[in-house]
Formats: sequence, C-alpha cells, structure tokens
Amino acid sequence: MSKISRRTFAASTAAIAASATFGFKPASADDAYPTRPIQLICPWGAGGGTDATARIVGVLLEKEFGQPVNVVNRTGGSGVVGHSAISTAAPDGYTLGIITVEIAMMHWAGLTQLTPKDFTPLALMNEDPPGIQVKADSSYKTVKDLADAIKASPPGKFKASGTGQGGIWHLALVGWLKAMGLPPNQVAWVPSNGAAPAMQDLAAGGIDFTTCSIPEARAMIDAGKARSLAIMAPKRAATFPDVPTLKEAMGVDYTTGAWRGFAGPKGLPQPIATKLTASLKKIFESKEYNEFMSSRGFGVVWNDASGYAAFMDKSDAQMGEAMKAAGIAKT
Amino acid sequence: MNALLEASRLIFDPYVLWVIAASAAFGMFVGAMPGLTATMATALLVPVTFFMDPVPALGAIVTATAMAIFAGDIPAALLRIPGTPASAAYTDESYAMSKNGQLDLNLGVNLVFSVLGGFVGVAILIICAPALAEVAINFSSFEYFWLALLGLTCAVFMTSDVPLKGITSLLFGLAVNCIGIDPAAGYPRFTFGSVELLQGISFIPAMIGMFALSELLRGMVHADATGAVIAQRIGNIFSGVFGVFKRYWFNFLRGSAIGVLIGALPGAGADIAAWISFAISKRFSKEPEKFGTGHIEGIVDATSANNSALGGAWIPALVFGIPGDSITAIVIGVLYMKGMNPGPTVFLQNPQFIYAVFIIFVLANILMLPLGWIAIKGGKQLLRVPRNVLLPVILMFCLVGSYAMTNSVYGVIMMVVMGLIGWLMEEHGFPIAPAILGLVLGEMLEQNFMTSMIKADGAFVMFFERPIAATLGVVTLLIWGTMLWRGIKGRPATLSEVAPAP
Repeated sequence: MSKISRRTFAASTAAIAASATFGFKPASADDAYPTRPIQLICPWGAGGGTDATARIVGVLLEKEFGQPVNVVNRTGGSGVVGHSAISTAAPDGYTLGIITVEIAMMHWAGLTQLTPKDFTPLALMNEDPPGIQVKADSSYKTVKDLADAIKASPPGKFKASGTGQGGIWHLALVGWLKAMGLPPNQVAWVPSNGAAPAMQDLAAGGIDFTTCSIPEARAMIDAGKARSLAIMAPKRAATFPDVPTLKEAMGVDYTTGAWRGFAGPKGLPQPIATKLTASLKKIFESKEYNEFMSSRGFGVVWNDASGYAAFMDKSDAQMGEAMKAAGIAKT
Repeated sequence: MNALLEASRLIFDPYVLWVIAASAAFGMFVGAMPGLTATMATALLVPVTFFMDPVPALGAIVTATAMAIFAGDIPAALLRIPGTPASAAYTDESYAMSKNGQLDLNLGVNLVFSVLGGFVGVAILIICAPALAEVAINFSSFEYFWLALLGLTCAVFMTSDVPLKGITSLLFGLAVNCIGIDPAAGYPRFTFGSVELLQGISFIPAMIGMFALSELLRGMVHADATGAVIAQRIGNIFSGVFGVFKRYWFNFLRGSAIGVLIGALPGAGADIAAWISFAISKRFSKEPEKFGTGHIEGIVDATSANNSALGGAWIPALVFGIPGDSITAIVIGVLYMKGMNPGPTVFLQNPQFIYAVFIIFVLANILMLPLGWIAIKGGKQLLRVPRNVLLPVILMFCLVGSYAMTNSVYGVIMMVVMGLIGWLMEEHGFPIAPAILGLVLGEMLEQNFMTSMIKADGAFVMFFERPIAATLGVVTLLIWGTMLWRGIKGRPATLSEVAPAP
C-alpha cells in the first residue's frame, strides 16, 4: 500500500500541475478519455470502509485506464464537505467520487442543499444491511425475544446505538420499530462517534443493542464479546450465514442498508459517463474486487447508471420518511 | 504470539528500517537545534507519514522523538541553551560541568542515562498498556467522561504557573472545539453556513500551527543571543559513566519512575518530568549544596526522567485515546488517520501494530547509543547550520503538512490562524498545552457526557453508579477541591508552581 501511496502523491502533484497548464480541453477529447490522472474524492476518512472501497476501485480503474487514479479524502461535516467537493468539481471526468447513503439523508436534516440529483450517477457497487447485535452474555437469544421485551417496556427504557443522531443506523432502528407498529421513541438512541465506539459500549454493558452493519460489528463478534441476532436484509449475508433475516426470525419484512456508489459532478458528458460505467462493470466482475470485498465482509451489488439513479431516488424517499418519523427532518 | 511475529515481520523490512534510521538522524538534528522541539519534530513528520503504512509512520515518530529529547542535552552543555524544553531543567548544571572541564563526563552521562531511562519507559509501557486495555474494554461512556475530565484537569494542574491562565487556555481549546457538527445531535454550530467550517477545527493543522509556526514567529521576534560555544575538545565520553551509575543507580531508578508517571499524566510531558525529578533529586540529596556548581547527581535523575516520560505518555494514548503529552496528542491524530482508532479495541483488532510500537521503542533506544555518540562528536558543526536557511524550510513543511491533512487550503488557513493565536498566547504567558488538550479531548468529553445523560435519562447520580466511574469522578473532584483550597489559602495551586518555573 505504501508504494501505491507514494506514487499517488507524485501523481497528484503532476495532476495539479497538469490541470493548471491545460485548463481547457477540446470536446473531441472525449474519445481519448482519460488522457491525464483522475482524482477520486472520498468523503470519509482514510482507513474506513468507504475509503477502502474507493481505494480498491481506484487501483483497478488505474489498471483499466493506464492513467493514475488518486483517492483524495475530503472529510468532515458528516460527509457534506466531500460530497460538495464532488458535485462542484468541473464535469470533465477528471474528478469523480464515491458517494454514500448520507447524500440521501443530509439534505433532509438541513445540512446542505445537495441531493442525489446533483450528481451524474455511474454505478452502485456496494450495500450493507444493518444487523441487530447484543452483548455476548445477553439474555436475548433471538430477535423475537428482544422485540417482545421492547414492546413490553416503557418508551426509552431500551437504549441502542451504532452511529450519530439521525445517522443511517439510527434510521434503521426507527424503520424497524415502525414496521413493528411502535413509535420511534420506544427505544432511546444513544449517539456515538461511529460503529466501533458503539460496539465497545455494547461490550462494556453501556447500551442494550446496536443496529450497525455486520462488517462493522465483526471484530467484537469474532472476539466473542457480542452476538448478532438478525439482519435487516432480504436474504442472509454470505459472510454470516447463521444470522437470520428479520423476515425469517420474526416475520417483519423491513429492509434497508448503507450503500456506496460512484458518481461524477452533474452534467458529465455522456460518452465519458458511459465509458466509466463500462469500466466499473468490468471491475465489479473482477476477481480482485470480489475477493477484497468479501475479505472485509462487505456486500456487493450492481446497478448501472440509470438503475443507480432510480435506486437513489428510492433510498432518498425511504430516508426522508424515516427521518420525518424520527423527528430529525428539517425540510 | 502470532501478533508478535507479525510485528517483527512488519518492522524488519528494509524500507521500515531505513525510515527508522532516517528519522533517528532527523530527530537528533531537530533536538540539537535550539528552538526546535521534539513536538515540532513530530508535527513536521506528519505530512511525511501521511504517505506511509502505519508501522513505518509510527516508527518515524517514536524514533525521532526519542532522539530529539536526548539531543537537546548537547547544546545545553556546549552553549547553555537547551535544545528542547525537556533539557531546560539541568542546562545550567550541565554548562557548569562543562566549565569545570567535565564536558566529556556530562555528555556521556546524558547519553547513557537517556538510553537507560528510555528502556525503563518502554518496559513499563509494555507491561502496563495491554493489562490496562483488558480493564478498559469494560469502560462505558461514564468512565470515558471522567477520564476526559480528569485529563483536562491534569492539564491545568500540571502545566500552568498561573492556574487562571491555564484554565483560560483550556476553555479556549474547548470553545474552538465546538465549531463544526455537534457530535451528539448532529447539528452544525458556529459554521456561518460555510461548508469548510462544517468539518470543524481538525487538530493536526491546528497543532502544527500552535507548536511549529508559533515557535518560528518567536524565533524571528526574539533574535537569539547565541552564546559562545565551549572551546573544549570532546574526548572519550564513556569513561567514568560506570562510576556514576554505581554511585547514583537509585537516582536513575527514581528519575525514570517519576518520568513514566508524569509522562502518563495527560498534559505533562518530558519537560515537566525533568523539572520535577531534578527538584526531587535536590530535595533528597545528601549534598544539596553542590547543586548548581556542576554536580552530576541531579542530571542523572532528570536526563533519565525526560526519556522515560516518552514511553509513559504512550500508555494513556494507546489505551484510552487520551494523550499523555503534546507528542502523543499528534500521534493520536496520526493513528486515526491510519484507521487505528486508539482505545482498548486496537489491542483486539490490531495487536501487531501495538507490538510493533513496542519493538520500535526498543530499537530506537538501542540506536540512540551510536547515533548519540556521532551527534556529540559532530555537535559543534551541527550548531553552525544557518538559521536563515533552516527556518524557511520548516515553514514550508508546516504549509505542506497542513494542506495534506484536509486536502484543501482550509488546513493551511487554519494552521496560520492557530499559529498566530498560539504565538500571542505564549507571548502573554498563556500555556499552549491545555488549549491543545481541550481541542483533542473536547469532543470525547462532550460526546460521552451527552451519551451518558441520555443513558441515565438525565440523572446525575448515574455518573457515580459504576465503581470505576465513581472512583475517577471522586479523584477529579478532589483535584478541583485541592486547587480551590490552596488557591484560597494563597499557596501554589498547581504542580509546576511548586517546581521552578520553566
């Protein structure tokens, strides 16, 4: 990894120089695309799941195009900073980005004006459903035990965590409660700085359960400190085949997930977008991508440009509904 | 055991060893240059480590800081100017020895006891950190809230001569930390609609500004009155060191123990460890009248203490994510950047990195002996590097480093603004360390307070219901009580008021 990184540094310097010298490109260059290094913006920090996904795709895209692809982390602001950087870049195909489920959430929360419509969708490549995790020695053996206990207790007695207030896993909890006919405040949400601290708090006995994704809960599950009771997905995860879906375990048909896909700024020229989607498709089918994703426990899904656009619209509506139910939506 | 093998495999790689050797030389140089500190060495390494894997990145920082803390002793003996603040406690003593014709013995003792003190520090780190992590895995937000508050309390208690200024500095750090998205409710604060400010004040650019840029500004404003280099030839520095060890082995052990303890306390690092162990050495010496005339005894205590403090500071940093000194405050930022979020879980998920840090510490201390010898031999030439070349190069590193942190000019602006603020603060006697700690621990404090309140349904009693939380809470409140009580009585309220002012 260090070798790639050093090369990318040199390349990004070159890219800055290049973009300064050749500010404009004739339109006919679309066929030759790409002729210089591509910048791939990741709105989340180095070392996280989104960064890892961006980097493996970046490496494979580099092989595909023979041009350097530099992953640049523009973090902070709950993802607003990076998503803004992608959408406000010049739509010339030399600045792309990985966009995540938060783009369908943060405009509802009033953090930004950006919506999925401000991008040129290229491909959806990953989705991870939330799981329901309890402490290893918890008395709840199945998700039905837990659900019954939640129903029988006064609102707010049960505490759950997994991410910040109004984050994707909070909405997953609200959606699950709604599907069971319960109000969103039946379980109190304890905001945390991501899934790892929430899992640690679970192991320490500070909260009752978490609703983060299984890959995020994996380290604690493997260490024998936590158990996963169910996942909110249409089918079981390949990496955790023993964990049932909500529908199997208690007959509640509720599914959601955190997704990651690739996009460019709005108004990307059609030939470039088509070429990128085709290359991403090749990467999606490659052995390297699938091996990497399964090693991290990440789920793989595919949607091409138009499918991804429709998927984002659906996700946007679902998130808006859950956020309104949770009382977090401002718009 | 597998993790240990994996760690050795990661370290005994030509590239990593090369990084360690290069950063050792870099650390020696920075430490020996008056005005450049070990913290600055770390801040300047950040942009370089950005492009490395975790192990070489940590290796570079560990090695450079260990070397810098020792190398600070060289100009203290030759010029009567401490190379880093950590050598300030015994600079006069060292210089007096040089004037008495004991330059060789002084430098030999500084080198050998720095190495030995470093070994004590790393030994305690290796023993304590994993055991503490086992305990810390059961910490919930209540314990973390108290730990963060205890850390901030220590920062004021340990580092400021005027407690009021220390608290002001701390509150400034906490206030700046409020900028950005509120960690509990996800609501933007003080962002004025700016997308950049939504990301908050990320602390690495802020720290590069406050530690490196402010230092450059100070160097420019106060033109250095460079003393005359002692004209002695440097001979065999190792002769007589064994005799000193036989006579003062207890001072060495006491100094090292104090060093680890002070290093592990948040906010105080190698410099305060040296002051306090020097003061204790004088207080309990059989011949206190010799102190100040070029006496080796106190130097043994203090030079062991400042190197052992380095290892000590890593204990809370790795186990709780609470920095023990300003160096580990930066290290925590680097750890987050590399996806190894400090805390007990890193011992579960990435034990090989933790072992790698241990091995690097040992290697760095072994390497210090030959490199330190070279640095001493070349000391006079080293001190001749023109400052008008050096300072612009450092400024360039500051700019590149802060840009690399945010990938935008925002980081550079933040670095410059915080550098100016840091400079103004120091010029007016406000310590910087509490502000930095406020910046690093502010989010931890707020987040854990909010989560705890949500879990407790607003009942404060819950903060004292879990046994460890209750103990930490009582200790914190006791320190507050002591400071208030002593303040009312007109006695020195903080520890560094007791020790001579640095």
